[in-house]
Amino acid sequence: MRYEAPETIDAAVTLLAGEKGVARVLAGGTDLIIQMSGDMIEPDLIVDIKRIPLLKQISEEDGGFRIGAAVSGAELGEHAGVCALWPGVVEGVELIGSTQVQGRATLVGNLCNASPAADSVPALVAANAVARVIGPKASRDVPVSEIATGPGKTSLAAGEFVESVFLPARPDRSSDAYLRFIPRTEMDIAVVGAGVSLTLDENDVCTDARVSLGAVAARVLLVEEAAKALIGNKIDDKTLDNLAAAASAAATPINDKRGTVEFRTKVSGVLAKRAATIAADRAKGKK
Amino acid sequence: MSQIHVSTTVNGDAVEFLCEPDETLLTVLRDRLGLTGSKEGCGSGDCGACSITIDGRLVCSCLALGAEAQGCEIATIEGMAEGENLHPLQSKFLEHAALQCGICTPGFLVAAKALLEKNPDPSETEIRYWLAGNLCRCTGYDKIIRAVMDTAEEMKAAKS
Ligand SMILES: Cc1cc2nc3c(=O)[nH]c(=O)nc-3n(C[C@H](O)[C@H](O)[C@H](O)COP(=O)(O)OP(=O)(O)OC[C@H]3O[C@@H](n4cnc5c(N)ncnc54)[C@H](O)[C@@H]3O)c2cc1C
Ligand code: FES
Ligand code: FES
Repeated sequence: MRYEAPETIDAAVTLLAGEKGVARVLAGGTDLIIQMSGDMIEPDLIVDIKRIPLLKQISEEDGGFRIGAAVSGAELGEHAGVCALWPGVVEGVELIGSTQVQGRATLVGNLCNASPAADSVPALVAANAVARVIGPKASRDVPVSEIATGPGKTSLAAGEFVESVFLPARPDRSSDAYLRFIPRTEMDIAVVGAGVSLTLDENDVCTDARVSLGAVAARVLLVEEAAKALIGNKIDDKTLDNLAAAASAAATPINDKRGTVEFRTKVSGVLAKRAATIAADRAKGKK
Repeated sequence: MSQIHVSTTVNGDAVEFLCEPDETLLTVLRDRLGLTGSKEGCGSGDCGACSITIDGRLVCSCLALGAEAQGCEIATIEGMAEGENLHPLQSKFLEHAALQCGICTPGFLVAAKALLEKNPDPSETEIRYWLAGNLCRCTGYDKIIRAVMDTAEEMKAAKS
């Protein structure tokens, strides 16, 4: 295996596109190094992207934020602007692992590892975030929901990698939230995760919403029926019950040691409801 | 595999080493540099016994490659005491009997030091969350948490 740490995006593209064997991007390494030491994958080349200055940056763009692929969870959590605009995305990222894992793990690595239970992805999908994909051909902007295609699988072509994720600007009285269920309070894999992003008008009626679920299907789900239950309504008990029913109806989980189908289906509704309540409270605090 | 030449700084000293491209920084520290204070509990990021800081950031050295250390400032448990003078956290761990077998202790100390540098006045809840990635099979945690709280008090008092 070769280890390379290029200092420019072009050099990274050249390395990745030129590799005939298995090439992998190394961001925080909190998934990749474990997969390598467990012999789950044996790359011929790993390309460490942390030496590329552009990928270490969070920059403001059109009222939103572009988050470079090498920004760690700890760095993201210290960015006041992103925390204010997209608190749900930040709380999804901050749930990843321990303080130590936060010091390395990246949002983009969480996305590209393509685990159905990845904690930042439901919040990113609810946020309608867009990944910028770079490769030997022209770069392309792809909705984050189209990056993972199944457990451990992505839509990235050979030689392609994600340069950054863009979180868009939002109207006043908008916010988001992410919640997960685990049997303990820290350091576990989501049994169910739910992300809600919404906008309220001056009468607290929801005018726009996106609802997503993690760990209840082969990939993170965007649940349009659940968003419909919110839009046009105040976030009251009736609306929340309709939201919960739509979320539970969309869940298609598996039975495993972490939770049964029945439990995960029910908890999908419960978490969607609670996340919507938090997002709405946050939105009301914004002008 | 051809070995990689790495120049880095460990506990303030310039250090050079050769390592395999897939060798973890924990293995480099322990087996190449003789710094065996960092422990391998799990090798998978779960136990925190291998905690170090890289450029001031608390990380698991089992989840970093030796090659990634190029040009970085690494700090390990070996750099915590100044000669014979223990760091206040180390003294308080002894005072509170916050260790039994001791295998988790270097990781807890490095992690707690990073916490107090970022937040000199943490609440008990903040300490417990910060240290959630450090596992201990012996103490039941309470003595560790109390030792960290007591250190924070003492360091605050010493400053004012
Ligand atoms: C102890 C522990 C606890 C954890 N807890 C959680 C948790 O609670 N929730 C959770 O969701 N995850 C958890 N994880 C998993 C992991 O930390 C996250 O998925 C993390 O976000 C991965 O980011 P990374 O930067 O470390 O990725 P890496 O390990 O560097 O990469 C992950 C994968 O994505 C690819 N990749 C990385 N960056 C790019 C890119 N820019 N373009 C294309 N491909 C790329 C890599 O090649 C690799 O296949 C945990 C891991 C550990 C060790
Ligand atoms: S050995 Fe690194 S976290 Fe356990
Ligand atoms: S003192 Fe034995 S593991 Fe903590």
